[in-house]
Amino acid sequence: MNDAATARDRLRALKEPPGFGVLLIVALCVPGVLAIAGTLSDIFAGTRYFGSDPVKEVEHFLGRWTLRLIVATLCVTPLRQATGWNWLARHRRTVGLFAFAYVTLHWIAYAFLDVQLNWAELTKDLLKRPYIYLGMTALLMLTALAVTSTKGMIRRMGGRNWNRLHALIYVAAILGVIHYGMAQKKDLTDPLNYAAILTVLFGWRLLRWAHRRGPRPATG
Amino acid sequence: MLIRRAPDLKSSEITSERLYWTRREWIAAAGVAGVAALAPASLACAAPAEGGQGQNLGTPYGLQSNDKPTPYEDVTNYNNFYEFGLDKADPAQNAKGFKPLPWTVRVDGFVKAPANYQLEDFLKPYKLEDRIYRHRCVEAWSMVIPWRGFPLADLIKRAEPTSQARFVEFTTLLDPRRMPGQNSPVLDWPYVEGLRLDEAMHPLTLMVTGLYGKDLPNQNGAPLRLHVPWKYGFKSIKSIVRIRLVDKQPRNTWNIATPNEYGFYANVNPEVDHPRWSQATERRIGEFLRRKTLMFNGYADQVGSMYAGMDLRKNY
Repeated sequence: MNDAATARDRLRALKEPPGFGVLLIVALCVPGVLAIAGTLSDIFAGTRYFGSDPVKEVEHFLGRWTLRLIVATLCVTPLRQATGWNWLARHRRTVGLFAFAYVTLHWIAYAFLDVQLNWAELTKDLLKRPYIYLGMTALLMLTALAVTSTKGMIRRMGGRNWNRLHALIYVAAILGVIHYGMAQKKDLTDPLNYAAILTVLFGWRLLRWAHRRGPRPATG
Repeated sequence: MLIRRAPDLKSSEITSERLYWTRREWIAAAGVAGVAALAPASLACAAPAEGGQGQNLGTPYGLQSNDKPTPYEDVTNYNNFYEFGLDKADPAQNAKGFKPLPWTVRVDGFVKAPANYQLEDFLKPYKLEDRIYRHRCVEAWSMVIPWRGFPLADLIKRAEPTSQARFVEFTTLLDPRRMPGQNSPVLDWPYVEGLRLDEAMHPLTLMVTGLYGKDLPNQNGAPLRLHVPWKYGFKSIKSIVRIRLVDKQPRNTWNIATPNEYGFYANVNPEVDHPRWSQATERRIGEFLRRKTLMFNGYADQVGSMYAGMDLRKNY
C-alpha cells in the first residue's frame, strides 16, 4: 500500500520531459505533411497513397484529424486534473492551433480540390446543405479561437471574457461531430464514437462542476 | 470453372495502358462517330470491334473521344460493395477468399417456366461480348469500364415473360458467412434492385460476367452482375442469384435505406441534385478536374425516349 502510494506520488511528480513541446509540434505536423505530400503525389505523379479518389480521401482524412485534435484539446484539462501534470496546460494552445490548421486544410481540400472554386456550387452548398453550414460555423468558431489565442489577446480581452469566448470550443466540437455524422452515407459508427468521447469529456467537467457547487456546510 | 469464359490472362498479357490507347485512338477515330449515330436497335447486334493484334477490349458503346478506360487497378480496388465492407478499399481485401462457384441463379416470377440454373448452364445460350461503358456513381465519381457480358434482353426473351410481367427484380446472394459485410445491419439484406421491363429490355442493359477481358473479380460482383450505364451505380446490382419478373415496381435497397436520397429510377441527371451534394459534375477516377455530368450519363439519345413526359425531379 505504501508502495502504491509512493508510485502514485512519483507519477504525479513527473516533470515535463525535456523537448516535449518541440516533439509535440513535430508529431502534430506529421499527418498534415503526409496529407499534402501524398495528395500532390497522387494528383501529379499518379500514385495512390490516398487511393483511387485522393481528393475525397484527403478531405475526409483532414476532417478526421481536425476532430481528433479538438478532442485532444478537450482531454488536456481532465488529464491534468487526473494526473497532476499541470505542465500539460502549457501545450493546450499548441494542440488547439493545430486543430485550427487542420480544419483550414480540410476547408482548402473541400473548396479548392473538391469543388474546385465553383462559386455557384460553394454558395449553394453553404445555403442549402445543413452539414456544410454547420461545418462552416464550426470553422468560423475555431478561427475566432485561433485569432484570440495569443497572450496579448488574453490580456486585452481579460481572463473572464477570454474564457467565455473560448467556451465555444465545446460548441465547435459538437457541431464538428454533427457535421461528420450528417456527411455519412449510412454508417454512423465513427461519428457516434466521437459523440461518446465528447459525452465522457463533458460529463467529467459537469461532475467536477457539480462537486464544487455541491452542498456546503451551513456557516450560520 | 465457367465453360464459356475466356482463358485466364497473366498480368503480362494485359495490354499496357499506353499501347492500349494508341490502339484505342484509332478505334475511336474510326468508330465513335459511327457508334454515336447507331440507333438503339442496332446496338445489340453491333459486333465488337476487332483490334487485330493483342487483346481487344471491346466496343466503345457511346464512348466519347475523351473517355479513357479507368485503370484496372482502380476498377478493382475502389468499390462500393457493402457485402464486403463499407470502405471503398474493403471489398478488394475482404472478398479475396470468396468462391463464386458453384453458383445457382433462379429465374422466376411471371415467366413461362421458372427454374434454377447452374451458372455454367445459365450462361451457355449467350454470346459474350466486350463493351466499354461509362459508370457514374451516385456519389459523384465515375469510371470507364470495359465490361464483358450479354444483353439482359436476351435472357428475358429466353425466359418468356407472361403478359403480367412489368418489372424485373434482382436479388444478391444472402450468405453472411461468405459475405461478412452482411453481418452488419447497415443495409437491409439481401440487396435487391429492380428495373422497369422496358429498361431491362433495352439493348444497353448488360448482364456482366467479366471486365477487362477477364472473369469478374469478386469485389466487382462475381460471378454475375448487372450494368445499366445510364443509371447511378447502385442500380447495377452485384452477385445476382435471382431474377424475378414481377407485376409491381420492386423495392430497391438504397431506396429502402434512405428514401429521400435514393429513388427507384436513379437515372443519371445533372439537373437533379442529391440532397447533400450536386450532381452537376463528377470526378472521373484518375482525373483531377471535374467533368460535367451528362444527362443519362451521356446515353440520352439511346434511352431518353423511355422517360418522355416523366417528371424526373419527382422520379429521381
